[in-house]
Order: sequence, then structure tokens, then C-alpha cells
Amino acid sequence: MSHAETALLAVHSVSKRFGGLAALAEVSLSVHRGEIFGLIGPNGAGKTTLFNVLAGLSRPDTGEFTFDGVRLAGAKPHRVVECGIARTFQNIRLFANMSALENVMVGRHARTRAGVLGAVLRDRATRAEEAAIVGRARALLDYVGIAGRAADPAYSLSYGDQRRLEVARALATEPKLLALDEPAAGMNATEREALKRLLERIRGDGTTLLLIEHDVKLVMGLCDRVAVLDYGRKIAEGAPAAVQRDPAVIEAYLGGGFA
Amino acid sequence: MTGTWQRLLDDRRAAWGLYAVLAVILLVLPFAADAFLGRAWVRIIDVALLFVLLGLGLNIVVGYAGLLDLGYIAFFAVGAYSYTLLASPQFGLHWSFLVLLPLGAFVAAVFGVLLGAPTLRLRGDYLAIVTLGFGEIIRICLINLNRPVNITNGPQGITLIDPLSIGGFALNKTYTLAGVTFAPVHSYYFVFLACAAVAIFISLRLEDSRIGRAWIAIREDELAAGATGINTRNVKLLAFAMGASFGGVAGGLFASFQGFISPESFSLLDSIMVLCMVVLGGMGNVGGVVLGAVLLTALPEALRYAAPLQKEWLGEVYVDPSDLRMLLFGLALVLMMLLRPAGLWPSRVRRRELVEAAAEAPETTDVAR
Repeated sequence: MSHAETALLAVHSVSKRFGGLAALAEVSLSVHRGEIFGLIGPNGAGKTTLFNVLAGLSRPDTGEFTFDGVRLAGAKPHRVVECGIARTFQNIRLFANMSALENVMVGRHARTRAGVLGAVLRDRATRAEEAAIVGRARALLDYVGIAGRAADPAYSLSYGDQRRLEVARALATEPKLLALDEPAAGMNATEREALKRLLERIRGDGTTLLLIEHDVKLVMGLCDRVAVLDYGRKIAEGAPAAVQRDPAVIEAYLGGGFA
Repeated sequence: MTGTWQRLLDDRRAAWGLYAVLAVILLVLPFAADAFLGRAWVRIIDVALLFVLLGLGLNIVVGYAGLLDLGYIAFFAVGAYSYTLLASPQFGLHWSFLVLLPLGAFVAAVFGVLLGAPTLRLRGDYLAIVTLGFGEIIRICLINLNRPVNITNGPQGITLIDPLSIGGFALNKTYTLAGVTFAPVHSYYFVFLACAAVAIFISLRLEDSRIGRAWIAIREDELAAGATGINTRNVKLLAFAMGASFGGVAGGLFASFQGFISPESFSLLDSIMVLCMVVLGGMGNVGGVVLGAVLLTALPEALRYAAPLQKEWLGEVYVDPSDLRMLLFGLALVLMMLLRPAGLWPSRVRRRELVEAAAEAPETTDVAR
């Protein structure tokens, strides 16, 4: 598992400054194919900044990252999606007034082709593509367990279901890597357990997962490997159990004096 | 009421019946209007159909993609002038409308992209201000492009524009066919009706397609749309181009219909008027836009009768009809915002956005933005 070609995502000394603040300082890490990788750290450690760099929302000042052999630093968000990284948002961002099904159908955009002419003429190829979009979207709603809500507007779904819908929409882009920004935020214990099962199932079906999480317990139970950020620097990387015992990590989370 | 209509339309046989009745009404409408209301009303109906085209074009930009455009009339102007310059004595060119209408659509689409490109990062109020400026720039250019080389003939405008014609059959003459007299306003009515029907067809098909969903997704949440794999830049430019092309065709038709255009026909007030049609009728819903365009074209014309009525009932004209027009117009808009904020005939998604989401806001704070 540890030789170089298993690295799906490789981040090479990425730095990002906001004014005088170094949000990311020379961060390097690699996510392997088929694993669940956790990115943890206290508030303000740079987790979300790194996430935004990966998703194409901000360009790193220095450094590179390659995904599946393609250099992606500074690429536009849609390009990142085309290459196979899908993301969800910390504060769920659905197309609130579209139906659950339509939300997932939008996710198929990057993998379908129909243009204006096809839309207007509705030729055989376009009709077939459209039917495939609907079929795939329904299957994904079923996969995440909200098939019964297909026709309901996204805003009317419960919080947990909205998370699931967001995951279904991300999966519709056929990602190789699914990146989730604090997916358990605001969830109760039952919802969290269900989410954990869903994520394990997604990994089992062949998608690599990158998880940003505040909730150390969830990360430790779910992830194969974790990296810890603190003040924009990576202070540890490895198996959860080992990282948990790392003095630098304990200090970062609990402050000095406990190590 | 909308519910009943929807149920009727869902039933296929009832729907075909309705469409047949509608087709018959539309066929006899210009002759009925001519007979009962006078020829002026046929002309008003023609103009209403042009506004249907404009409204549907703007609806793509504002209604689907959610990009507030206050300079939309510029594309109408671009279409009108590109038709005029190539089919009038101005340069002595007399190209066929079969070339000029598609060309007008294309030129307007290019201008749509020219407007869209620098405004890609702007949203809401800021976008509105830039588009408003764009509309004015086009109008002022048209006024001043008579020196040093006379292209647009400046504020005097251009006259003697060619009518639509094929072979020797020109629409500015009166024909009699099977005992029915086709005056120019009647002939143009059928051309405009056909164009409006095509525009409705294109709009409906686009709405329910991969592209239409992408536009609506951008309107709902542009950042999430990008993160879902939509190339927001291209898809927004496509909305500008598509919307503008409708305006370009309408412009060419307008120029040929009037036989005369000047920059004055393309003022900010006209942009606002088209926007009002879209908003009042029901943003994002084709039926609503058509309704809005027809109502807002007919209303001011109907108010012309206010002067003689005042004279008859009150003995004197107290309120000038043109003042009354603006007064009622403002009142209608205020009432609309209070009673039906999503428009007279709103789209399904827009209704949720503006009405239901507001009512359910307390429990949906996470997504209802």
C-alpha cells in the first residue's frame, strides 16, 4: 500500500498567506487510493484553507498538488471536479429550491455533454443522456437512503438528509476522491453513526475519502490515517492510534503542560 | 386557480383540446381585434408579441440564471440596427431578412458575451449597475456614430427600412387571400406569432435540460454550482448570449415592422419595462413572462381611453392619461410585491424561493438563503 503509485493525491509544500498570517506553511501530505484520510486540527489550524486550495477556490502562494498524476494547483473548481475531486460544504450548500432529485441531476453536469442545440432539438442522443441522468440520480438518492424524498425541495429535508443529499450530489460527479468538510458538524449521535456507516460504504465501493473533522472521536474510529495541522503546519501524520499519542498533537489540542 | 390549470394541462387530451382552442383564438385574434376595436389594436397586439420575445430573452438571463440585467434593451437596439444598416437606403444595402434575422441574433449574442465577460464576478446590485451602464453606452454610441463617418445617422434615426419580403411578396402591402384582407399589421402579426411560438418552445426546452438546470443551479448558489462541476463562467456567458439573441431577433423584426428606428426607441425606460414584464408575470416561468408582456403592453394603451371617459363623465380631463399610466403602473408593482411577490404566474422553483421559503424560514435557516 505504501509505494508511490498508490498516492491519489499528493500535496507538495503548499503555502498560503492571508496578509501577515500564514494559513498554510509548507504543508505536504499524500492520500492513498482507497483509504479514508482524516485532516484534523484545532480551530484556525488551516484545515479549511487547505480544503479550499484543493477544491480550486483559492490558489496556493507556493507549492503544488497533483491528483491522479495531474497538477491541479490553481485550477478552477469545475476543472477540479472534472479531474475527480468532489466536495461537500461545512455549512451545507444545496440548491435549496430545487428538488432533491434535481440537485443530484445537477451533479451529473460535468459528466454529460448536451448543449443548447441538443436541449432544443431533443434528439435521440440527448433523450438517452437525459434518461441516464435521471436514472443515475435516482440510484444515488437510493444509495444514500433518501429515495423517498426525491420530489421534495431540498430545503424541506431534515438536516441529516440534507447532508446525505449533498453527498449524493457530490457522488454524481463520479469522484475518485470525495472530500468532506466537517460532515458530522451539528449532528446528533444517531445521525453521526449513520453517517459513519454511509462513509464506510462509499469507501468500500471504491471511492477514496478525505475528511476534515473537528470531532476527534469520529476521525479516530473511521480513518485509516490522519494528518494534524496546527497554525498552518503539519505536526503529525500516521495511523490514528499513533497520532493520538504524539506529544505535539496533545499539546496542540490541550495546550502546553499536558505533554 | 393555477392548480386547476395545471391539472388540466397534465391530462393529455384536455391539454390538446386547450391548445386547439388557443390556436383558433390566436388565428382569428387580429381580425377580431380589427373588427371590434380598430386597426390600432392589431398594431398593439403586434407590439405585445415583440415584447413577448424580449421578455422571454430577458427571462433566460434574469429568470433562469438569476443575473439582474438592467440594460437588456441594448440587445434589442443591436438587433434593430444590424438589420437596418443592411436593409435600408443608409448604405444602399438590401439583404434578405432570412439572412439578417439570424445575423441579428448572432451579433446580439456577441454583444451579450461582451457585456457578460467583464461582469462575471459581479452579482446583484453591482451587476445591475454595470448592465444599466452598458445599455446607456450602446444608446449613446448610436446617437454619436454619425461623425466622422455617418453610420447610424445619429439622433435623426434611419427611415425607409426594408419590410420583410420574399421574392415580390412584401409584408408592407395589403393582400387579399380567399376573401380575407391581410393588411401589413395582420401579416406581421403572423410572423411575430411564429417567432414568439419558437421562442416559447426554445425556452421551455432549455428550462428542462442540462443547460437549464445549470442556470438554475447558478441562480440558487453559484459557489456550490462551481463545486458541483459546472463551468460557471461559460454557462453564465451562454445565458447572456442566448438571452441577447432573442432580443436581437426582436430588434430586427421591430425595425422591419416600423420602417423607422432612432436611438430614442431604446431607452433605459424600455429596459425597465421589459424587466417589469418578467418580474410581474413570473420570473423563470415562460407562461408568466408571456402574460406579463401582454398585460403591460395592453394596459397603457387601454388607459388612453381614460381621457375621453373623464371628459364624458366629469366634463373635464383632470388626470392626463400618461400620468395615470405611470401612477397605475407604480401601484400595480407595489401591490404585486405585497400580494404575489413571485409574480402573477410564478415558476415552481421561484415560488418556493419567494413565498414558501419565507414562510418556513425559521426551520430552514441552513439552506434558505
